[in-house]
Order: sequence, then C-alpha cells, then structure tokens
Amino acid sequence: MAQLTCDNVILGYEKTAVTGLINFSLNKGDYLYIIGDNGSGKSTLMKGILGLRKPMEGTILFGDGLKQNEIGYMPQQTIVQKDFPASVEEIVISGCLSRSGLRPFFTNKDKMLADEMLSKMEILDLKKRSYRELSGGQQQIVLLARALCATQKMLLLDEPVAGLDPETTEELYELVKKLNREEGVTIIMVSHDMHAVSKYASHVLNLVKEPVFFGTAEEYFASHAKGQEDK
Amino acid sequence: MELFEKLMYYLSYPLVQYALVVGVFIALCSSLLGVTLVLKRLSFIGDGLSHVAFGAMAFAVVLNFSNQMLLVLPVTVLVAILLLCTGKNSKIKGDSAIAMLSVGALALGYLVLNVFPEMVTSGNVAGDVCSTLFGSASLLTLSSKDVWLCIGLSVFVIGVFVFFYHKLFAITFDEDFAAATGIRVQVYNILLATVIAVVIVLAMKLVGSLLISALIIFPTMSAMRVFKSFKSVIICSACTSVVCALTGMLVSILFSTPVGATVVAADMVLFGVFALIGALKG
Repeated sequence: MAQLTCDNVILGYEKTAVTGLINFSLNKGDYLYIIGDNGSGKSTLMKGILGLRKPMEGTILFGDGLKQNEIGYMPQQTIVQKDFPASVEEIVISGCLSRSGLRPFFTNKDKMLADEMLSKMEILDLKKRSYRELSGGQQQIVLLARALCATQKMLLLDEPVAGLDPETTEELYELVKKLNREEGVTIIMVSHDMHAVSKYASHVLNLVKEPVFFGTAEEYFASHAKGQEDK
Repeated sequence: MELFEKLMYYLSYPLVQYALVVGVFIALCSSLLGVTLVLKRLSFIGDGLSHVAFGAMAFAVVLNFSNQMLLVLPVTVLVAILLLCTGKNSKIKGDSAIAMLSVGALALGYLVLNVFPEMVTSGNVAGDVCSTLFGSASLLTLSSKDVWLCIGLSVFVIGVFVFFYHKLFAITFDEDFAAATGIRVQVYNILLATVIAVVIVLAMKLVGSLLISALIIFPTMSAMRVFKSFKSVIICSACTSVVCALTGMLVSILFSTPVGATVVAADMVLFGVFALIGALKG
C-alpha cells in the first residue's frame, strides 16, 4: 500500500481553487519533486499534505504505517528565525515534541535521538552554538535535523536551497539523497531547481499545466522533450 | 545612612511590603511573556491590550462595578484571543488591528469618563485617568485581597509558562512546523493570549497602561543583547526585570518619583548596560 495518496484532490482558499485536479501516490523510498511557478499551488498542496488545510475536493490518504503527523516538515525560513536566540540543541530537540504529549520535559531518549540526528547530519560540533550565528546552509541543516527528530518515514522540504550558494546547495542535496537511499526515507521536495530534478528525482509532480502531470522522472523528461519538439 | 534608615522605615509598612511583592511578581510574569511576544514580533500587543484594559476599566467605573477586575479581565482576555488567533487570516492585518483597537479603546474610555463624571467616585477625572495611564500611586493602595489575587494570578502565569515551556518555544520559533507535527497550535495560542491578558491587567497596577510595553519589551531586549540560547535569554530577562522593578520601586519610594516611570527608567538604563556588554563581546 502507498504511504501517501492524493485522490482527485483540489486545493484552494475559501472558494477559489488554486490547484488543478491532483492524483498521485507515493511509496516508501520514493523521491518526489513538486515543481511549478509561484502561484501554481505548491505551498497550498504542501499544507494539504501536512493537514494544515483541508482539500476542497478529494481525499488525501495515508497508509503503510504512516500517519499525517509523522511527516517531517522543513519549512522555509521566516524572518522571525533570523535573529532568534536559540541554541542548535534547543531547536533540534523541539522536533521530538509531537511524541511528548502533555509531558512538560524531554526524556533521555529524546536527547539521545537529537544527538543521533546531529551526528547523522554531521553537525554535532554545532550543538551548543547559537542558531542566529550560523550560516544559511548550516541553519537549513539544523532544521533538517529537527525534522528528522519528528519522523524518519517521510520528509517534506519546502525550497530548502533558496538563498544558498552552489556548494552548500550540493551538500544539502547529498545529505537528503543519503537519507533517501540509505535509510529509505520518502522525500517530497518543493523546488525550482530543474538541474536537481534531473539528478535526484524518482517522481515528478508538475502543477503548472492542466492536466497536472505526475509520473516518474524518466516519463517527465520524455514528455518534456516531446513538448519542446512540438513547439 | 540616612537614606538607609528612611528605607527601613518605609519598608516596615505592610502597604509598602505588599507593593514590593506585587511589583516583583508582575515584573517576573511580564518578562517571561515578553520573550515570546518580542520574538513573535508582537511587541505592541502589550500596548494595544493595555489600552483596551483602560477602556474596559473606564466602563467598569461608569457602570459602577464594585470589582472592576470582573469586567476588565474578561474583556481583555477576549480581545487578546481575537488579536492573536485571527491574526493570519483576517482582512485587517495584525499591526493595524492592534493599532485601531488600541486608540479606539483609549478614546472611548476617556470619552465615557468625561461624559459621566458623576460616576467617578474620587470626583477627579483627570487624576484618575492619569493614574490608570501611568500607574502612579495605585500600588500603595492595594488591599491584602488585591495582593493575594495578584499573587494567585502570577503563580498561574508562571505555572503555565513552566509547564508548557517547550511547546511555547516550538510555536514561537516555528508555528508551521509545530502544527505539522501535530501540536495543537491554536490551543496554545489561546492559552498564550489568556496569559498575556492576565499579565497586562496585573501590570496596569504597577506601571499603568501606557508603560506596560516597557515591562514586556525591555528585559527581553536587554537579555538578547548578551545571551544566545532561549533558556538563558528567559532566565536573564526574568532576573533583569525583577531587579529593575525592585530598584525602580525603591527609588520611587525614597525620592517620591512616580513608580511606573521610575521602573521603566531603570529598565532603560539596564538595557543600555547590556547593549554595551553585547557590543564589547562582539
């Protein structure tokens, strides 16, 4: 059974539809790229998947042991976070909160998990540093580690390389790829970066045109090439 | 030495002791919340809500409520929830909504006090308005019932803060992530709004409704100059706030300066010191 299925989903604000009719399903270990211009409904779809917004039509289903609140989300950075006084440790361990219920403190298990994710992301040495003093790339990796504390089944990344230099971008992509290939983490990536799509994606969802395209990366590039020829 | 004796003399009065205890609790609560508010870019909500509280108090006076808190507290809590929880989707954006409510409540409050001056029992509208706006002597007119209510509410605020510390951190740092991992952000926002309203109604007694923002903002900003983790900023801001409140109150007793303004001045001085330390540390 698929981990995530969008069945005839349309998303929008109030009564205006933002997306076309979306149909796709993802299995464990897939690497999906959601592409589309600004305003094509990428963020709205993401909110739908995360359960922050109800679809206007259709259903979003979870299966294969995945629950909706088990998606590790890596949002775009907000202005608030730029000068936020918090240590890396405090931020990463906040990913464990969803499991703590009403318990007002973290357990040793939570702390060990946070450490484990820090070392997996190769930033254990930054543990005590202040978040606002890190470089943009380091900050993103911290947020990735936090998402991993929340779940290790599925990650949803919203334009994670926006504003990063090429080298750091590559580094981040490699980390995500490693999680995908070695740990079988399902990845959903929202991005403009077509170069990365060709390099990493197993599946592509293109929200730009009606009908919404969903297929494997090979199918996408084949149809894309054909579209170019037709022109 | 003379000053010290004078201080001891004043401190022997229960009224002064009450005032100090209440002042310390209020300073502690407002600084704890201040960290969250400043970081959520909601510094001015304190200002807005305190004016709403002023308006509510004016109505309570005119309507002849025996216990003004009964009207002021619920109204302020309600407005706080409206401001904090509809912020993102409402047609009127956060900052203008706060500004409109703030001046609107201030104007209405002043208006009803002047239209029905016979209801102001002290017979001095200008004096009453001034003391609600700037705090002034009200701290020395507390009854022991007021003091216990104030301590009770403060303990509630501190309890909420300690118990939900990690959740508050998460929704302050990143509301979307928190919501996505299944934390009920809206519930915590309502809780936060309630607590903020309680603190503001309490703090009106100390510094009056015009200067409340200072109690909320200054300790946090001072702490943020020097400290870099969330926990240390909170601890430092709480200590700073208590020290400033105590200093301000003692100075105001000794030199008979207005309480609220003196506390705020102490906060400003300490902010200067912390900014300097922060700059030197680099």
